[in-house]
Amino acid sequence: MADLKARIAERCAKEFKDGDFVNLGIGLPTQVADYMPLDIEITLHSENGFAGLDELATQETLDVDIINSGGQYVTVLPRVKYFDTADSFGLVRGGHVAATVLGAMEVAENGDLANWIVPGKKVAGMGGAMDLVTGAKRVIITMLHTQKGAHKILKECTLPLTAEKCVDMIITEMGVMKITDNGILVTEIHPDYTKEEMQAATGCELHWAEDLKPMDVSQ
Amino acid sequence: MTAQEAVAGVKDGMTIMVGGFLATGSPEILMDALVEKGVKHLTIIANDGGLDAGQPGGEFAGKTSRGVGKLLDHHMVDHIIASHIGVNPKLNEQFAEGTLTYTLVPQGTLAEKIRAAAYGLGGILTPTGVGTMMQTEKDELGRDKKVVEIEGKKYLFEMPLHADYSFIRPTKADKFGNFMCAKATKNFNYVMAGASDHTIIAPEFLYEIGELDPDTYDVAGVLVEGIVEGEKKWQI
Repeated sequence: MADLKARIAERCAKEFKDGDFVNLGIGLPTQVADYMPLDIEITLHSENGFAGLDELATQETLDVDIINSGGQYVTVLPRVKYFDTADSFGLVRGGHVAATVLGAMEVAENGDLANWIVPGKKVAGMGGAMDLVTGAKRVIITMLHTQKGAHKILKECTLPLTAEKCVDMIITEMGVMKITDNGILVTEIHPDYTKEEMQAATGCELHWAEDLKPMDVSQ
Repeated sequence: MTAQEAVAGVKDGMTIMVGGFLATGSPEILMDALVEKGVKHLTIIANDGGLDAGQPGGEFAGKTSRGVGKLLDHHMVDHIIASHIGVNPKLNEQFAEGTLTYTLVPQGTLAEKIRAAAYGLGGILTPTGVGTMMQTEKDELGRDKKVVEIEGKKYLFEMPLHADYSFIRPTKADKFGNFMCAKATKNFNYVMAGASDHTIIAPEFLYEIGELDPDTYDVAGVLVEGIVEGEKKWQI
């Protein structure tokens, strides 16, 4: 059986180009780093304080002064730059982050995003997510297409927003979608699904690209 | 000064800023001194609630709580102004018990609100939070948010965030108070200096004036009122 999250991460990794400064959220988005092409140079942003994240630390490489935004001990690249929170989010709001990749609870067809709070449930807080989706040049949502069958891609979000009209692209196990002025345009569909199945798993009308392609992944 | 002397003026109900991100860069000896003093009903301004004992999970877990987590262990916090309250479980536990409330502020906005207080700005305009609960909910002092439109783009007007004390953990400082924080321990430690009536630092290493190249230091010692010795590097 296909690893759906790995499929999504693999496809997302194809969205970056040489020199991009990118922020990957916690969870599935972090997996994207495993599929980044080795022939291009990507600088990963850790919003708690540096540009140039490398990988999780081991007992041998651990430095207690270096954690990522999830609180894990990590290592950094030789070109790392450390900065404080004000500078870190200045880079974000200033539009200097080429893309941020996050998960979502809901995305609306106009690009509204809800991924930080469910009223009445335990609250974690937005952390840096509101700044990231507001400031990054591109917002890419990586997620499973539905929540155990319940629609997550909707005409309008029902949950409180993280930001208005901020999402540029959604990548799910079913395909790749772009948010346009006319709604959601599917540019790639995975061969395991038909258009009808993808539409049925979506809570708003999907539009199909004239040059609709099979999803560019190995599984 | 000693950590006990540094916290001598802290009274019940005061507002305290604590540097650190999930306790990395938090001044542990100042937290210990607050616990020892036993002040209550504090309002804490910090990125998060620090760490509980056993966090982070796995092989690098701490045996004790860290940073703001120490204050939560002793129910010393009535209100926290933070960007994230999901890691240390004591925050949600004490909220459910009705002994703690919180105000959430996006991380970048939180840093700039604090910076505005330290550096004399009347507030800041940020696009972050427009059209969300950050716009519709009241701020940490119960004030309505204002939306300002500039050349067709909407911004939230966010007020400065000031406190009675700032507790900061530099890696290196000189005896005048000039300081720097290594690597990822900078986080909120730089903007919090000067954002309070009293700024106290607890450096890991304290140097004589002139002993290190002055360019070592990032933050001006003129902002610092007290220097506490004895902070140690965190031990796994």
